[in-house]
Amino acid sequence: MRRFTLIAIPYLWLFALFLVPFLIVVRISFSYYELSIPPYGPQLDLSTGWDGVKAFFAELNWENYAFLTGDDLYWKAYLSSLKIALIATFFTLLVGFPIAYAMAKAAEEWRPMLMMLIILPFWTSFLIRVYAWIGILGTEGYLNQLLLGIGLIDAPLTILNTNVAVYIGIVYTYLPFMVLPIYAALEKMDDSLLEAAEDLGCTRTQAFWLVTAPLAKSGIIAGCFLVFIPSLGEFVIPSLLGGSDTLMIGKVLWEEFFSNRDWPVASTVAVILLLILIIPIILFQRNEQKQRETDG
Amino acid sequence: MKKIALLLATTTFASAAFAEEVRVYNWSDYIDEDLLTKFEEETGIDLIYDVFDSNEVLETKMLAGSSGYDVVVPTGDFLQRQISAGAFRPLDMDQLPNAGNLWDIIEARTAQYDPENAYSINYMWGTTGLGVNVAKVAEVLGEDAPINSLDLIFNPENMEKLSACGVYFLDAPSEVIPAALNFLGEDPNSEDSDAIAKAEELLMGVRPYIQKFHSSEYINALANGDICVAFGWSGDILQARDRADEADNGVEIAYNAPTEGALMWFDQMAIPVDAPNPEAAHTFLNFILDAQNMAAASNYVYYANGNLASQEFLIEDVIGDTAIYPDAATLENLYTKAPYDSRVQRTITRLWTKIKSGT
Repeated sequence: MRRFTLIAIPYLWLFALFLVPFLIVVRISFSYYELSIPPYGPQLDLSTGWDGVKAFFAELNWENYAFLTGDDLYWKAYLSSLKIALIATFFTLLVGFPIAYAMAKAAEEWRPMLMMLIILPFWTSFLIRVYAWIGILGTEGYLNQLLLGIGLIDAPLTILNTNVAVYIGIVYTYLPFMVLPIYAALEKMDDSLLEAAEDLGCTRTQAFWLVTAPLAKSGIIAGCFLVFIPSLGEFVIPSLLGGSDTLMIGKVLWEEFFSNRDWPVASTVAVILLLILIIPIILFQRNEQKQRETDG
Repeated sequence: MKKIALLLATTTFASAAFAEEVRVYNWSDYIDEDLLTKFEEETGIDLIYDVFDSNEVLETKMLAGSSGYDVVVPTGDFLQRQISAGAFRPLDMDQLPNAGNLWDIIEARTAQYDPENAYSINYMWGTTGLGVNVAKVAEVLGEDAPINSLDLIFNPENMEKLSACGVYFLDAPSEVIPAALNFLGEDPNSEDSDAIAKAEELLMGVRPYIQKFHSSEYINALANGDICVAFGWSGDILQARDRADEADNGVEIAYNAPTEGALMWFDQMAIPVDAPNPEAAHTFLNFILDAQNMAAASNYVYYANGNLASQEFLIEDVIGDTAIYPDAATLENLYTKAPYDSRVQRTITRLWTKIKSGT
């Protein structure tokens, strides 16, 4: 019985906070647009009993899914989001790994303090931190003033409102999600393993690739997913820092929902985005499971 | 006696449950905040004041229902569609004794969105036009730059030069496409696909030189000197002008409604059909309709209002500025925009995405 309760709690959580909202979105994705409150139909009419239910299901259709295949905008937006998310994840790893490595190698008494420094930015609102980047990256912004001041450039760089600004925003925002899991993995590492590798004739670089990297793998994978998944559907960073030509699925979704008032098509876009996201999550879970099996 | 007690009980209950709070959802930077305190002091009603910066966000809340707001401020064409979706309750004119202050010329124009003005009162109105950084534009295009003509932003030769100092456009297809059609000599309200295709071609020609489409960032960008031209709303550009003056950063901003004709828009106050406290909403509307209150709001935000009686309380900077209160000839030249039907809306949004992202 106790075991059952223990399992039931996370499943209940998933059911209430994931499955129910998702099913509502799926239901809207099979509906059609209508100028009313709410702006879609059909509405389930229970007053007519079973006939009402039948009529309701008869009116649901696949039209919105067919519509998405008819316009290349959606596929281009998915692909462009994938590209931006992949590149941003790569750079976050590039910046995050050395930080995590340095933290794990730092003296024991320094670590809580370093950890604090990583977490500290979260105490300021995410939106304000992204806004701050507008001030830094603008044509008249601090970065350009600095570079002009020390004579590195002659004319201000255009960074704000380009994809470069989006990458900077994503790397900055999601860096802690990359650093923390890698740090957790590296911290557990036994330094004597490296000594053994060197005793057996490895150079420092070889020891890094043969010992440190495989041990950090689970942390790297976890970090990459924690960065990749939210940046794929990211809306705030591209709309504040990106240019008007930054095409991301989050913006397309916004436009369907707000400009076209077409909740059914917006829901369809969201359902497909979720399917794209669920595949890496399943792969990740499998990987974790394998890891646990080999560890156990 | 019992009856009186009961009456007392019901009135206290009524004031506790219905007259304590009014929730207003208005555009950002769109009122003198002293008015909010004044309202609370005069009426004893708690005012909860939230802001938005796009009609789309407001409309989605209205169409989702149960927004919890008592007063909202959609623009005319959005109002019209929301009225047909059944989102608003008709106004009770008996509760709005100050409605006599309204300006008949504006009411005649708003009636095309809200027949007989049954659901809404005009809050502010303005035009969509050209904001320029005078010095920078003169530097790029020379002293005789067409800063009061759409030629400034729709002629690729001008735009190519201007792109060096930065151009922002409103991220609002329902304002930019009519302007493009108007520039081409077409009916700004045209839903004809050939005309729209011509507008697309025109916009595509200048697209490479537009740095960003956004509906509020241009205020700061103009005031800081980050950009030199914005196609935006009159009052926002005038606010940028004042911010630059205050900052004393040497930036001089000017606003002009294009001589080819400009879009005239109306922000209307209305009461959602499911407003929790419609009585307090009427109290708020009546407060806003007061000539001195409305004048205070206009004196602060630099937008014209639809309140004739308020005009004697307006400062010279507002009533005397033809960028805010256009002269009769310009007023004649302004056009209005009806909402697109949902099929045309989809074409327009798709076209807009194509213009913005090239896809």
